[in-house]
Amino acid sequence: MTIQESKRLWVSLGVGLFWFLMLLWPLLGIKPGGLEFSETWAVFSKIAVAAVLIVAVYHLRQAGVLDFIGTPLVKASEAVGRGYQKAPTWLLLAVVLAAALIYPQFAGRYGNDVAISVLIYICLGLGLNVVVGLAGLLDLGYIAFYGVGAYAYALLSLHFGLSFWTCLPIAAMLAAISGCIIGFPTLRMRGDYLAIVTLGFGEIVRLILNNWMTLTNGPNGILGIPRPDFFGYNFASLSSLYYVILGIAVFTVLAVYRLNHSRIGRAWEAIREDETAAELMGVNTFLLKLLAYAMGATFAGLAGAFFASRMRFVGPESFTFLESAMVLAMVVLGGMGSIPGVILGVLVLVALPELFRDFELYRMLVFGGVMCTMMLVRPAGLWPAKRVGRRSEEME
Amino acid sequence: MANLILDDICVRFGGLQALTDVSFSLAEGEVVGLIGPNGAGKTTVFNVITGVYKASSGAATYDGKRITGLRPYQVLAMGIARTFQNIRLFPRMTALENCMVAQHSRSSVGVVGAVLRSPSQRREEARIQEKSQRALDFMGLGDMADEISSNLPYGHQRRLEIARALASEPQTLLLDEPAAGLNPSESRELMEAIGHITDLGINVLMVEHDMKVVMGICNRIVVLDHGVMIAEGRPEQIQRDPKVIEAYLGQ
Repeated sequence: MTIQESKRLWVSLGVGLFWFLMLLWPLLGIKPGGLEFSETWAVFSKIAVAAVLIVAVYHLRQAGVLDFIGTPLVKASEAVGRGYQKAPTWLLLAVVLAAALIYPQFAGRYGNDVAISVLIYICLGLGLNVVVGLAGLLDLGYIAFYGVGAYAYALLSLHFGLSFWTCLPIAAMLAAISGCIIGFPTLRMRGDYLAIVTLGFGEIVRLILNNWMTLTNGPNGILGIPRPDFFGYNFASLSSLYYVILGIAVFTVLAVYRLNHSRIGRAWEAIREDETAAELMGVNTFLLKLLAYAMGATFAGLAGAFFASRMRFVGPESFTFLESAMVLAMVVLGGMGSIPGVILGVLVLVALPELFRDFELYRMLVFGGVMCTMMLVRPAGLWPAKRVGRRSEEME
Repeated sequence: MANLILDDICVRFGGLQALTDVSFSLAEGEVVGLIGPNGAGKTTVFNVITGVYKASSGAATYDGKRITGLRPYQVLAMGIARTFQNIRLFPRMTALENCMVAQHSRSSVGVVGAVLRSPSQRREEARIQEKSQRALDFMGLGDMADEISSNLPYGHQRRLEIARALASEPQTLLLDEPAAGLNPSESRELMEAIGHITDLGINVLMVEHDMKVVMGICNRIVVLDHGVMIAEGRPEQIQRDPKVIEAYLGQ
């Protein structure tokens, strides 16, 4: 590293710390009794020392001083990487699936609860990934389809006594139809305009759920939704419910993967890349964009029906814009268009807030900080998308 | 077969008359050049044929079937494929994937087939891949199938556009300035490639500014100026036509 580079590094560290101080002091220092500095300094000095240490270690590594530790580590990780590449994909998948299957035997009530919400969000994330990641249509009202699925199961099971397994495809179909209804008028729009309109539709669905008292019981929600059962076996325990949603999630992964690697997935990606060119190359863009909305909504509908049966309660406050934004964040953070990326994004965004429960007050601060850092460091996502065959050179 | 006929095509954008009564035809086995000064309406002709713009009046027919009013993907399904003046590949997809997209209209498996991965879907997928690879091989890009298209050098991207159009198994190919930005040896290769394309029984309508290319391979030339056809004929006739010379050089 040249002197100029190291100078630039330290200067940017100084600027960054100063910026952080300017952010921190108003939060901690302005009190009703007057201005205070001691508390701010106490927090700031700890963070500053940590930051300087990290930069110093980075600096030493660049200079080659730490090679005696680094080189063996790099070699070890390369060896692991080679082993990973040599192992056939099905073996890796089998290991992951086996781990997922035996997980409830080791996890307690809390562990199962977190795992179930991870799996629900995997279905949602992969569904949204079809719309946003593959077809390139920004959708800010995606959670509405989750709501449609949840209410479909809740109402059908309570009023008509239909079983969970009958309702699952019906809920998916109703969600797909509402996807078409929402998709149809928005198809002429692109980019920002599309985002605003989908945002509006998401709110419309939530407001309907909130105000249609006779059907949805309004803000009070619907209580006493039955759990799934299968030939007399009732999925009452959390661990048995875990297997239900695991099945739905595995189906979702498989379906999205296969769609992605079919002529339909290619057409979606072509629309994302250049819609006019796609249409001129024989893709019926109108139909395929509608199909993208419908397929995305289908997976949300499946997840929604499960959500209703797992909570035994649905209410409109589960389907707010914040949830849509959360699912979108998972997709973007993990890597748009990439299935393992989306799964990783879900794990990070559901698990992180759980892990940081010890930080109490600062939990959401850490959460936001981690998101900012990840987007700065890996703008294409944690696990960027790759498709057919090897790619000799990745884009920047 | 592959008879493209334009009959009194007019295109107006508000008050601007972009094309006025343009009529010409493209018969089987022909290579027709469409030339004219900048803004003469050459690309507009392509956009009308492929359904991007609507003709204000007049009709285009292909093998006796009307194509004006069809959506672009339907025109491609009838057998007319095109390339673009400014390269419009799918930048983040590989060369092979770019070609595979063009097979969309020649394949039919739906959502259920794709999710279940039925035997017919596998067969179709293999066929799509094979045909796309063949189109790449034809344009000399066979060993770059896995390269991301935006990473290809400019000349290769131009050829990939043609390969993508060929992958849709067209009978007619519309080339919009295929030699733009190519060096002399590259445009010679391009002329050879277009010769091979006509050997496949595909007829070609091309817009081109490079007169060497146009005069070298076109059987017939149509000249546009300000949206009006001012001449049509064999290359040597066009070169001597006083109206054409005037349009290009001014009085």
